[in-house]
Amino acid sequence: MLRVIVRRLLQLAVTLIALSALIFVWLRNLPGGPVEALLGERATPERRALLIKALGYDQPILVQYAKFMQRVVTGDFGNSIRTGDPVSEVIGRAFPATIELAVVAMIIAIGLGVPLGYLAARHHGRLLDNLSIAGTLLGISIPIFFLGYLLKDVFTQNIHWFPPSGRISTGLDNTNVTGFFVLDGLLTREFDATADALWHLILPAFTLATIPLAVIVRITRASVLDVLNEDYVRTAEAKGLRHRVIRGRHILRNALLPVVTTIGLQTGALLSGAVLTEKVYNWGGLGTLITDSISGGRDYPVLQALILLAALVFVVVNLLVDLSYAFIDPRVRVR
Amino acid sequence: MSLLDVRDLSVVFQRRGERPFTAVDKVSFSVEPGQTVGLVGESGCGKSVTSLAIMGLLPKRGNRVSGEVLFEGADLLKLRPDDMRDRRGRDIGMIFQDPLSSLNPVVPIGLQVAEVLERHRGMNRKAALKEARELLDAVGIPDPMRRLKEYPHQISGGMRQRALIAIALACKPRLLIADEPTTALDVTIQAQILTLLKQLVDETGTALIMITHDLGVVAGLCDTVNVLYGGKVVERAARHELFGRPRHPYTHGLLSSVPRLDSPRGERLHAIPGSVADNIPWVEGCAFAPRCGNVVDACLEGTPPLEPTATGGDLRCNNPVSEEVAVP
Repeated sequence: MLRVIVRRLLQLAVTLIALSALIFVWLRNLPGGPVEALLGERATPERRALLIKALGYDQPILVQYAKFMQRVVTGDFGNSIRTGDPVSEVIGRAFPATIELAVVAMIIAIGLGVPLGYLAARHHGRLLDNLSIAGTLLGISIPIFFLGYLLKDVFTQNIHWFPPSGRISTGLDNTNVTGFFVLDGLLTREFDATADALWHLILPAFTLATIPLAVIVRITRASVLDVLNEDYVRTAEAKGLRHRVIRGRHILRNALLPVVTTIGLQTGALLSGAVLTEKVYNWGGLGTLITDSISGGRDYPVLQALILLAALVFVVVNLLVDLSYAFIDPRVRVR
Repeated sequence: MSLLDVRDLSVVFQRRGERPFTAVDKVSFSVEPGQTVGLVGESGCGKSVTSLAIMGLLPKRGNRVSGEVLFEGADLLKLRPDDMRDRRGRDIGMIFQDPLSSLNPVVPIGLQVAEVLERHRGMNRKAALKEARELLDAVGIPDPMRRLKEYPHQISGGMRQRALIAIALACKPRLLIADEPTTALDVTIQAQILTLLKQLVDETGTALIMITHDLGVVAGLCDTVNVLYGGKVVERAARHELFGRPRHPYTHGLLSSVPRLDSPRGERLHAIPGSVADNIPWVEGCAFAPRCGNVVDACLEGTPPLEPTATGGDLRCNNPVSEEVAVP
């Protein structure tokens, strides 16, 4: 097991290095850039040359990359061109917001998706099953920004159930410990802050959860249908076991194997959904940071770090999925 | 009173938009305590469906079960599902054909045996696992302590079937149904499993319904044999009667098609012409008529009745094989 983990971590390092080179070159070949953004279109060539030299963009790209990597290994991703703040600080501020959103979204997607998928399979061919198929098709095909604005319109404008935007009510004096507002409220016993943060989370998290929710319902349904036809489920019935045991130990434990893989892939893909969701709900997280860094004059250092971070999250989540796979399925352990 | 008395059991499969199909057609037979009864026939003759109907394991939709399944006088078909659930695994155990697919791949063997003890004998996990170890030992699994923690893919096919037998017999049921228990195993392992079954049935006094297409299995194990064709019992007889003097042309054909060690080399095997698909509905005549060498006009004029024979069995045939004709 340890060997598997070590091998995967080495693979992770190679992936990240290759990706960093790719991003580095690709970003610098995009039209526009920080120089134009900072100086405007009518800057004199002299001032442009000065700034280019100051930022180090006059050197060969390989040299630039080498210098970048040299700093990265010491944990220094440079400073944001837009704000001048260290990149780690800029990302550190936005990171908890997105993680909080993503975690709650995945809790919704898994917490609703697995039971719904199971029920649909048990009602195969009947009303509930057909409703789930129609519902998941809608969930997969509806654009996130459209659903986001729709929900926002209905639940914050027509009926005022949820706040329209932001992570916490203005004027609420909450203590910031970790940046995760829900967690901070629990840690500092400011439970009103936790409640308020959760209240703000529901709509954006649900919006972000729609696609993974729909995918999880579908995969669970298909997987449970397969397992229901397995001989060992018939054996379990022949033993006269209780429904609860048959469902948990014999059906779901087998049916969840492909679902776990899906959960990993969907978690990794959440960031792309977060970009849109955060825009709709004015959520100051990584998604907002990405769009701002691109539109605000190609903030190379921030973008580089952000994309590497996204890749890191994706690979780590899927590593965890693979490890949990070995935990659930003894047949994987042998290999 | 018989332990199990199956009376006019019918199972009709009907899917929406399709013609109903009668898989089991008014089958009656009984099993006395401690007796071993065979259900024999080709694939598709309804023997497995019969066993699933007795166990209440047929799918909830798409079929209609009628008749009576009296277990110690109580009709299992009329029980509430939860009451039937209480009896399955406790009063009636069942062993299935494919031991690998019949065991849960992600649950250790020990727990798969122990859970049935927890369910029906109210044992806690520790006591159940201890008992499971003894059960595995009793069915001849070496080093049972280690096997408790192992998974189905880690043990051999023969051992898996032994584990399934341990599961089925864990609560000392009064009836055991074995549905083709040796079909998926090597010939040498088959013999071991059959010997084990016979030994356990003799020791515990459990009655056994042996479902098989293999007459060799029947010959070594069963007290009485029911031969099924097209969902109906066509012949019922004590084992030695059936093997010595098969009366129904179908039974006769089955026995003739068994290769013999003492027959001359190069001699062709006898085969029953046609296949199970070449039948006619029982209402129009004998389903076996299209493949039968003894067919007479009466065979195409309605279902032949199941009538008692002089030797204490039952026979459904208008023109049976004469008692003097021996199996070649």
